[in-house]
Amino acid sequence: MTPQHFRLPRGGRIDRRTPLAFRFDGERLGGYAGDTLASALLANGRALVARSFKYHRPRGVLSHGSEEPNALVTLRGEGGRSDPNTRATVVELREGLSAVSQNRWPSLGFDLGAVSEAAAPLLAAGFYYKTFMWPASFWNKLYEPAIRRAAGLGRAPEAPDPDRYQQRHAHCDVLVAGGGPAGLAAALAASAGGARVILADEQPAWGGSLLHDPSAEIEGRAALAWVDEALATLRGRENVTLLSRATVFGIFGHNHAGILERVTSVAGCDLPRERLWQVRARDIVVTAGAHERPLLFADNDRPGIMLAASARAYVVRYGVAPGHRVVVATCGESAYAVARDLRAAGVGVVALVDVRPEKHCPQADELRAQGFEVLTGHTITGSAGRKRVRALHVAPCRDGSIGAPRRIECDAVAMHGGWTPAVHLHSQARGKLEFDAALDAFVPHDGVPGLRSAGAARGNYTLSQCLEDGWRAGSSEPRRFQASPSPAGFAPVRLLPAARARARVFVDFQNDVTAKDIGLALREGFESIEHVKRYTTTGMATDQGKTSNMAALGLVAERLGRPVSQVGTTTFRMPYTPVSFGALVGAHRGRLFDPVRETPSHGWAAARGALFEDVGQWKRALAFPGAGEDLHAAVRRECRKVREAGGLLDASTLGKIEVVGRDALEFLNRMYVNSFDRLAVGRCRYALMLREDGYVYDDGIVARLAPERFHVTTTTGGAARVLSLMEDYLQTEWSHLQVYLTSTTEQYAVLAVQGPRSRELIAPLVEDIELSEAFMPHMTVRAGRFAGAPCRLFRVSFTGEPGYEINVPWGRGAALWEELCERGAALGFAPYGTETMHVLRAERGYVIVGQETDGTVTPDDLGLAGMIGSAKRDFVGKRSLARPDLVASGRKQLVGLLTQDPALVIEEGAQLVADPAQPLPMTMLGHVTSSYLSSNCGRSIALALVAGGRGRIGQTLHATTPGGFAPVKVTAPVFHG
Amino acid sequence: MADASLTPLAECARWSLRLPAASAERHAEIAGFRIALPINRCAARDERLCARLGPDEWLLCASSTSDIEASIEAALEGKHHSLVDVGHRYAAFVVEGAKAHVLLAAGCPLDLHPSAFSAGAATRTLLGKAEIVLWRPTEAPAYRLDCARSYVPYVFGFLREAAREFA
Repeated sequence: MTPQHFRLPRGGRIDRRTPLAFRFDGERLGGYAGDTLASALLANGRALVARSFKYHRPRGVLSHGSEEPNALVTLRGEGGRSDPNTRATVVELREGLSAVSQNRWPSLGFDLGAVSEAAAPLLAAGFYYKTFMWPASFWNKLYEPAIRRAAGLGRAPEAPDPDRYQQRHAHCDVLVAGGGPAGLAAALAASAGGARVILADEQPAWGGSLLHDPSAEIEGRAALAWVDEALATLRGRENVTLLSRATVFGIFGHNHAGILERVTSVAGCDLPRERLWQVRARDIVVTAGAHERPLLFADNDRPGIMLAASARAYVVRYGVAPGHRVVVATCGESAYAVARDLRAAGVGVVALVDVRPEKHCPQADELRAQGFEVLTGHTITGSAGRKRVRALHVAPCRDGSIGAPRRIECDAVAMHGGWTPAVHLHSQARGKLEFDAALDAFVPHDGVPGLRSAGAARGNYTLSQCLEDGWRAGSSEPRRFQASPSPAGFAPVRLLPAARARARVFVDFQNDVTAKDIGLALREGFESIEHVKRYTTTGMATDQGKTSNMAALGLVAERLGRPVSQVGTTTFRMPYTPVSFGALVGAHRGRLFDPVRETPSHGWAAARGALFEDVGQWKRALAFPGAGEDLHAAVRRECRKVREAGGLLDASTLGKIEVVGRDALEFLNRMYVNSFDRLAVGRCRYALMLREDGYVYDDGIVARLAPERFHVTTTTGGAARVLSLMEDYLQTEWSHLQVYLTSTTEQYAVLAVQGPRSRELIAPLVEDIELSEAFMPHMTVRAGRFAGAPCRLFRVSFTGEPGYEINVPWGRGAALWEELCERGAALGFAPYGTETMHVLRAERGYVIVGQETDGTVTPDDLGLAGMIGSAKRDFVGKRSLARPDLVASGRKQLVGLLTQDPALVIEEGAQLVADPAQPLPMTMLGHVTSSYLSSNCGRSIALALVAGGRGRIGQTLHATTPGGFAPVKVTAPVFHG
Repeated sequence: MADASLTPLAECARWSLRLPAASAERHAEIAGFRIALPINRCAARDERLCARLGPDEWLLCASSTSDIEASIEAALEGKHHSLVDVGHRYAAFVVEGAKAHVLLAAGCPLDLHPSAFSAGAATRTLLGKAEIVLWRPTEAPAYRLDCARSYVPYVFGFLREAAREFA
């Protein structure tokens, strides 16, 4: 490990007793606990840390916080961990950390991609739109892949993320976003009376800007001592939650905020890597501070040129010298303290260059008296250096004329172009912004209930202002704070005159947008700031233009000769800083991605190697293959068994609704097409439900248990939506009906026993119910006991065979299923799955809603018009059934199809035509809805919807197959029995 | 006591009782269940637990069925109501411990702070992607959670995953 040549001998809030080793591009380097990756790289003299997005320009660390546009790296970890586009300025250094630079090949120092800089005149704003317009077919094959290879920023990880993520909901009275002086004051004030307060800050340490302001004082003591006291007070309050390393990244409707917490690992605790908080707050106080602006001069992006407050932060907070000969360049007051603090820490400050005329530089003489060279009224005409800045070119400037240039040798530049309040969260929450000319910035303008900004986030930059404003945001009682002065005024300058016309002045560092690009956009007529943004992509990178937005706006306003207030600003969008997909997904992955619902027989079926299919969230047994059987063989056997002796199906997933009340009968008459007026107690009826539009919505069995109590079944997939539809009508249209609906889907396991020997199988287990044909014929229901369990026994059939559906309490289902299987085996019964169920019902022409229907099918289309209670005054969908196109001839009707080749199973969805020789486009008469090989029929069978189908019975049509057309004969939709 | 622990409850009898609010006002209790409750409140007495989940909806739980159904029907004879056995529709857990409410907050969007979800609170809500009924019968930091039976593996898995960070 080489010594850290830029580490200062003392100072900084780092722990020098805990050295850490890390790797950058494979090289072993050293740092200390308390460093960020950026500060450790700077300590090792790494000015060059990245290549820029478009031109592959060498770039260094620009900032010290979450606004960083340059220093994006990929973090590599064990177990396939790979985090691209991570800002080195917010990565806490840890032992063994491994980072690699991006956007370069073969190496950071020698990057072949940098040739695109030579082609820079070609890569101006709108380049893609202009160049790759023609021919259109080249885009997918040539242009886009080439651009993606060249441009991409970082690489997506390839292995599954091995880390764990969690989410948490929280509620509070006041959420304070930002833990600097304003945020701490707001939290202190708001929590004093017992209100529930959450204070969140993105940094690992509290205090915000105070962390790098060594001379700041609050209430007569060092500012950081005040911070410690404030924290101790807040920690002592049970009503306060402090979240550090937690970024409030979004504010949504009704003060619903998203916070990304980077959880620190604690020995012995199995903590998630990140936690996404969803906070519902009565009030939100945004104390997000302000971002420093760069200065716009020629080649202002060389490594070693950084923001002035960041240079101060590296010196004061991390004990790192950004360079040994630093030039401070500024248009405002804040940079003077930077120069002083740098020198106090032993960092050489070569000169302070102030763009403002001498008379507007109140601190200039004071600094000169301390031995600094201060050049006021100077512009910066350019910089020199490749992998690190070597010199800054400055020249006196008066009334627009530039004097003799001077070259100042240096190895770092600390630049200050003014301040921009962090209004992102306010704007995301649809708060309005207002341009404040005195601040040269947009500031929050009230308008969102329960949301306010305080401190630097609304342009109150001085320390006492921050504290007082923050306190006011948390309390109705104002409070005065004594604090050291912190002048922050600046004279906004847009573009500093350049010595070379072709030199690039970077506005948006992350998206490589130059001042020239913005000029070009304006010359081409893009005057709206929204258009300029999209044409140049300024402010559209993941940094959301934190350092660049005001510079771009100012430039546009200046070029157009309009006030900034008229140019306006673009909208800020969520998230404030990038949020990992892992945190957004949380625990909802793998087996928790979605609930998996299992039937009572699931364990038994799984143990016997059943195949399963997903039906909504349910897992249903598809078939039970025996030894040496595949799915098809199993289905053939199961189908035969059911018709020869019997079969057992777990039908527990059927939706069930108990309909109770004086008006239950009337309600069902309105919901279904059937009339239930003559449905006696103990009887069941197959029923069809329509939507308002007259199309079939669901089907099921309506059973009358008592005069005012019905047991209604729905399709498995329709259970929830049918109950919702019923409740909807009951609550909104017919609230006077005395009916209550209760879902009993999971109250009852349903064991279907089907086949000629069904009664023989169940008889020994049934108590209190007379099973004879006379007492319990087809379509009846009885209550009694089954193997000791209370049961509702239905005599119904979906196979055409005599059959029963035994409803027992769900918890008894598994044991009874096993008992039936055991007893059934002796009688020749087989358990069967949903595939066999489908084949058997198709043999009889029974429809499945959702298979034979697609939301455009009427009862008559299915041949079920006879079910409609025509004497009924009304039911849902009745009026629509009289619509001209629902009674027109030629509608598609359900028919059967038999292929000429009995072994050929046509595909479901296959189209049907009358004349396979017809030129394209052919007249398609309909399509196949169900198609199976039926072992009971000894051939293939199919159901189809065919235009005027019932009139075509006996005709031959042609079905599409992968190999051409196959002739099929139209039949009635019944194939067996 | 652990920060948060998760225990399945034994099976119990449950009914969904629907009764117009106006009728309910005439009954302080029915068959030992206190139904004169504000919405989203519950009451427990003698192994009988009752939650008012809506203006006309109560969930009744008891450790055994005995003759409860008959006595409720008798009490409401001739009045519009619906009593449906839903004992097997749900399965129940207890989540308890000083941080039980924090554990539940991993998937429940309601304000579960002890001051907001106080003793006697009960409500239908969400846990992740599952609908649940959440009860806090007493001052103790113990929450009863009823979910549809087929959601048990999901709900249990979700809570166990969230509980990994608790002692």
